[in-house]
Amino acid sequence: MADIQAPRKSNTSILNSIAFRGVAYQVLLAAGVAFIGYYLYVNVNANLERQGIATGFDFLSEDAGFDIGESVIPFDSSQSYGRVLVAGILNTLHVAIVGVFLATIVGVLMGIARVSRNWLVSKLASGYVEVCRNVPVVLHVIFWASVIRNLPSPRQAITPFDGIFITNRGIIYPIPEAHGIYPWLGVALVVGIIGAFVLGRRAQKRREETGQFIPTFWPGLGLILGLPTVVWLAAGAPLVWDVPALRGFNYQGGASLTPEFVALLIGITVYTGAFIAEIVRAGIQSVQHGQVEAARSLGLRPGLVMRLVILPQALRVIVPPTTSQYLSLTKNSSLGVLIGYPDLVNVGNTTLNQTGQAVEAIAIMMLVYLLISLTISVFMNTYNRLVAIQER
Amino acid sequence: MVDSAAPLPGQKPAAEPAATKTTTPPPVEKIGVLRWLKENLFSSPFNTVLTIITLFLLADWIPSFFQWGVIDAVWYTTDHNVCRAADGACWAVVAEKHRPMLFGVYPYEEHWRLVVALIVYMITIILTLTPRFWNLKILVPLWIVGGGTVALMLWGGLFGLTYVDSSQWGGLPLTMVLFTGTVVIGFPISILFALGRRSHLPAIKAICVTLIESMRGVPLITILFVAVNVFPLFLPEGMEIDKLFRVIVGMAIFFACYQAEVIRGGLQAIPRGQYEAAEALGLGYWQHTVKIIMPQALRICLPGIVNHIIAALKNTSFVLIIGLFDILTATTAVMQDPLWRRFFVEAYLFVAVVYFIFCYALSKYSQKVEGWLSEGRRF
Repeated sequence: MADIQAPRKSNTSILNSIAFRGVAYQVLLAAGVAFIGYYLYVNVNANLERQGIATGFDFLSEDAGFDIGESVIPFDSSQSYGRVLVAGILNTLHVAIVGVFLATIVGVLMGIARVSRNWLVSKLASGYVEVCRNVPVVLHVIFWASVIRNLPSPRQAITPFDGIFITNRGIIYPIPEAHGIYPWLGVALVVGIIGAFVLGRRAQKRREETGQFIPTFWPGLGLILGLPTVVWLAAGAPLVWDVPALRGFNYQGGASLTPEFVALLIGITVYTGAFIAEIVRAGIQSVQHGQVEAARSLGLRPGLVMRLVILPQALRVIVPPTTSQYLSLTKNSSLGVLIGYPDLVNVGNTTLNQTGQAVEAIAIMMLVYLLISLTISVFMNTYNRLVAIQER
Repeated sequence: MVDSAAPLPGQKPAAEPAATKTTTPPPVEKIGVLRWLKENLFSSPFNTVLTIITLFLLADWIPSFFQWGVIDAVWYTTDHNVCRAADGACWAVVAEKHRPMLFGVYPYEEHWRLVVALIVYMITIILTLTPRFWNLKILVPLWIVGGGTVALMLWGGLFGLTYVDSSQWGGLPLTMVLFTGTVVIGFPISILFALGRRSHLPAIKAICVTLIESMRGVPLITILFVAVNVFPLFLPEGMEIDKLFRVIVGMAIFFACYQAEVIRGGLQAIPRGQYEAAEALGLGYWQHTVKIIMPQALRICLPGIVNHIIAALKNTSFVLIIGLFDILTATTAVMQDPLWRRFFVEAYLFVAVVYFIFCYALSKYSQKVEGWLSEGRRF
């Protein structure tokens, strides 16, 4: 071997130092981003000034001057843009929450059906999943909106059950008339749920201490359903239905779901349900069969095998991807703008067209969706930590 | 990474020794029809009840659907009154309106150019997806010729073809342009974003994380609104960028942010030893990324990549909101025709079938590729 050579001069150049290069790249990138940002800001200001469009969020307190089809909070056109945007946000949350709830039910049922040993049932569920997943959600929503628009008019309403009317003006259904005892039924329900929870905790503690198994399912269910029933009966079982009836061209009484709400809800539920079904299927199949056999050989009954062995392991696989499905359902609820459901994007779009303040209106939409997404993520991540593997 | 042990895609692995192949056929009672029925439909009382209920429902639905869709259906007519008189489906609406549905507002006499463009496009895609042609010497000329022909057919303006502005493009060709543009522009960006998010340099990482997370937190509609309504405000006076191009870039960035997360997952799955070995060989950052890390990472996350490519295809339909005439917008517009609007179910079913064929074919293809890639590799 020759003598160790002195390092060549070019290698000592600062340009070849990894640390220096790292700093240089970052400074260049940051400067680039800052420059582009500044350039765009200058352009926007110049353009807005030239077109005579105001900037800032002052428009929020101005009169909106347009009405929206439905709202969770009372709203009329003499109220401000700020209020109409809040109404839009609440409508978005309304359809998203109901949608998440329904899509979960559809997805879990279809996911279980796909792994069913019944050939017919599993093939039908596969058919649903493949068809609905491979068709755009936009088409789902448009299709259902057209279907509902072409339903019969209120005079020829479809009545699957007495008192329920399916028409092109929406779905009208009876509700019980308000009564002083009803708020207390809600209180009784909450007390029942808390009671069932405490019962379950105590039974689990007892089982861990003594090994004695105490059934909690039926007593718990009894508490949750029984307590409100007892309160209701004690108050003399008041129940008067407010049944809708046809007056002129529309129905009076009862409650109704607007056609836009129903169309959007069916569209996003059917679409997201197919994805959740796939996730549930993968989750159930991820639990090895040996686990089931081991649980059975310990003498657990089938229901307990599902609850204590399969579900806890499957949930670990199911929860994270389901979170992103919930997020995508919430974001897809923005398709309300297509069919006239007054969600945030629809209301924001009208605001944008009326005030011309595109930057502010779109910024509000994006920020609200970011906040909603963040909240759902935090919530689901907490739940995920609860079901995640607990290493001891 | 060169993996000489893996057989070429599409090639069968070497035959296994004959000894393991000799198996006795199963006993007769295990393969009969009755056996199958008992195992798959009537294995338990619950399953039997389920089967009977399902069969009952199917017996109710299938004949009436068949009656509507086939027996009573009108297959071809140019008179909407014939359809109105019929009890069944009016497939004639597809035959009658296929031109505006498939080609949108593109000048009627020039529709043949779109047919040529679609055929060339499909040939280019099919050749690209065939393993035998996975060679840059073939793919680069193929895409130059294919892309050039499609562009020439769509735009025209040369060789005596009349010029058609991109605002007049529509229907299936527009869906194809949106989809291809999104993936071709978005994919390289997604790789850069994924690498940026994994970078050790804090400023680069912070910018990538912020961008990816905020794009993933908002609906695609808002991105499209930005591209259509806000972006023109960003440009200096007098400068304009084609609306279609702005939309494609918006969708590409949206696509890239989702794809970047998938690729990041693949990058995280690469064992540390691969990086260290590459560094020990003296490879620089780009060399080891391009030659060692990326090929392995992309292979690992292929299913996720294809899922998002399929999502990109479905997402092209969002342009309905901003008034670009893709196949769905064109169909919706056709359904405004008061003479034919009541046959919307048939028209939308047709569009659904078009989307389904492409998406389903893509997902089946990706399963096949996974099979090729995993041959000879068990890790």
